[in-house]
Amino acid sequence: MGQITLQNVQKAFGPVHIIKGANLDITDGSFVVFVGPSGCGKTTLLRLIAGLEDVTDGRILIDGKNVVAVPPAKRGLSMVFQSYALYPHMSVRGNIAFGLKMAGLPKADINRKVEAAAATLNLTPYLERKPRELSGGQRQRVAIGRAIVREPKAFLFDEPLSNLDAALRVQMRLEVTRLQKQLATTAIYVTHDQVEAMTMADKIVVLNAGQIEQYGSPLELYEKPANLFVAGFIGSPKMNFITGGAAAKYGAETVGVRPEHLRIAREGEGWPGKIAVAEHLGSDTFVYVDAGALGSLTARHVGELGLSAGDAIVLSPDPARIHRFDKDGKALRT
Amino acid sequence: MARMVTNRQVAISTAGAWLAGFLIFFPILWMVLTSFKTELEAFAIPPSFLFFHWTLENYATVQERSDYFHHALNSIIIAGGSTLIALLIAIPAAWSMAFSPTKRTKDLLLWMLSTKMMPPVGVLVPIYLIWRNFGLLDSLSGLIFILCLGNLPIVVWMLFTYFKEIPKDILEAARMDGATIGRELVYVLTPMAIPGLASTLLLNLILAWNEAFWTLNLSTLKAAPLTVFIASYSSPEGLFWAKLSAASTLAIAPILVLGWFSQRQLVRGLTFGAVK
Repeated sequence: MGQITLQNVQKAFGPVHIIKGANLDITDGSFVVFVGPSGCGKTTLLRLIAGLEDVTDGRILIDGKNVVAVPPAKRGLSMVFQSYALYPHMSVRGNIAFGLKMAGLPKADINRKVEAAAATLNLTPYLERKPRELSGGQRQRVAIGRAIVREPKAFLFDEPLSNLDAALRVQMRLEVTRLQKQLATTAIYVTHDQVEAMTMADKIVVLNAGQIEQYGSPLELYEKPANLFVAGFIGSPKMNFITGGAAAKYGAETVGVRPEHLRIAREGEGWPGKIAVAEHLGSDTFVYVDAGALGSLTARHVGELGLSAGDAIVLSPDPARIHRFDKDGKALRT
Repeated sequence: MARMVTNRQVAISTAGAWLAGFLIFFPILWMVLTSFKTELEAFAIPPSFLFFHWTLENYATVQERSDYFHHALNSIIIAGGSTLIALLIAIPAAWSMAFSPTKRTKDLLLWMLSTKMMPPVGVLVPIYLIWRNFGLLDSLSGLIFILCLGNLPIVVWMLFTYFKEIPKDILEAARMDGATIGRELVYVLTPMAIPGLASTLLLNLILAWNEAFWTLNLSTLKAAPLTVFIASYSSPEGLFWAKLSAASTLAIAPILVLGWFSQRQLVRGLTFGAVK
């Protein structure tokens, strides 16, 4: 079991409030991603759950039991660090076995479990090597092996893929997701990469300045962002925001339209503008449009579009896909 | 940037390095050679380099007259004891400063180092009086104590720089893996810190072995280490160059052998963790 509940969790370093009251319910077996810009407190929140930092106030429940005063080792969680944090003087086998050795398991059991974990992660040929003799991807796998072998209540991942190159990152992303589904163990994963968040998560927690802005499934966040911050943070390229008269027409302070929900036409109804830059990727075309009083707008067209910089066009938003926000930045629902 | 280095340049710099090495080594060589001469040949002018009457007479005299082994044993006890005690105190101190520093940690470290900037003779009188009142004059424990205090700042600094290099993540990983503080120390920290501990230990042994100011001033005979043994050949009985050289050779031999076998750790120790 790995049900994790946060109740008004707060963390302050001196006068600086890093986490300003987090409430969260993570169901057993789900994959939850904490995402947000750097300095938003996502890593701190993970470390609070791990027990590597003490909470200033609030309760953290694991399977209904308050663990605020429980040391990290006794919480039954395992963590994968950004830097891998492998023990440099131990072999791969020693690294993976360390947690089991600390738990005092018999040697035969340890060997069996270590070999099973190594087989799952394709590490069997490297068991006797030292971490310095491994590539980045292999080191990452050892770190994951060390986490899974203890059969924890939940995995905590702290930006584990950020040190890998782009191709390996995609591959490891799939492996981590597959492994988590196979083990059906709760996972909390911290990243600043919204593509990782969208692709891996069952549910995403969007954090900003120590506050949880929204908690929901990736598509909920995409389709129904709770506020301007989430609307701007989720989705790439960023959502277009329009204020003033054009927004007032929709009965809102601000309206937001995603680049993929803007239709590009040579003429007709909508927002006229001039193409400043056109990016042709083959699969997509991104146009950056100078739309006068509305500012700069981005539009995405699937496939190739025979337009180039300087062309006059008209952008028309998909009326069903317009997001409306009040003057506090909160989403207006009708 | 790659630079062109010609054979000529390599030859010149190699010759330069040998010359510098020889200049530094020459006094030691001369001392060893002198120790095998007779007193008469020792101050002969022009000096003879290799073609003299080689003799072991000085060594026999020195041992006979002032019991080398008694002083050597004292040196081992004093250097070893002060080093071990300094490490025992410095390890936890450096540990806490490296892994849970406070706002004042840097000040504390600087303050500790600043005590090394004062000439020891400045506190000779108060220390002498304190030692006298506590009955520590000419005692091994008194010398161990003063050398331990004197070297403690350096030991703490060195260990601090080594411990700082150990990534905090690894300690946290061990904590997550269920290691208690004790097991974290035994299985993770100590093995990772061994090179640093070894070079600190070696450097401190050498410093304590060579320390002459306090050992000369606070001991006479019973607790006197090799520094006192050497000094006894310099003034009161007139200058006996050959015997003085024999005494000095005997005094530096153990530490020279130790240093020779641990050059690698020593270099690491002397660079103070500045180079990764």
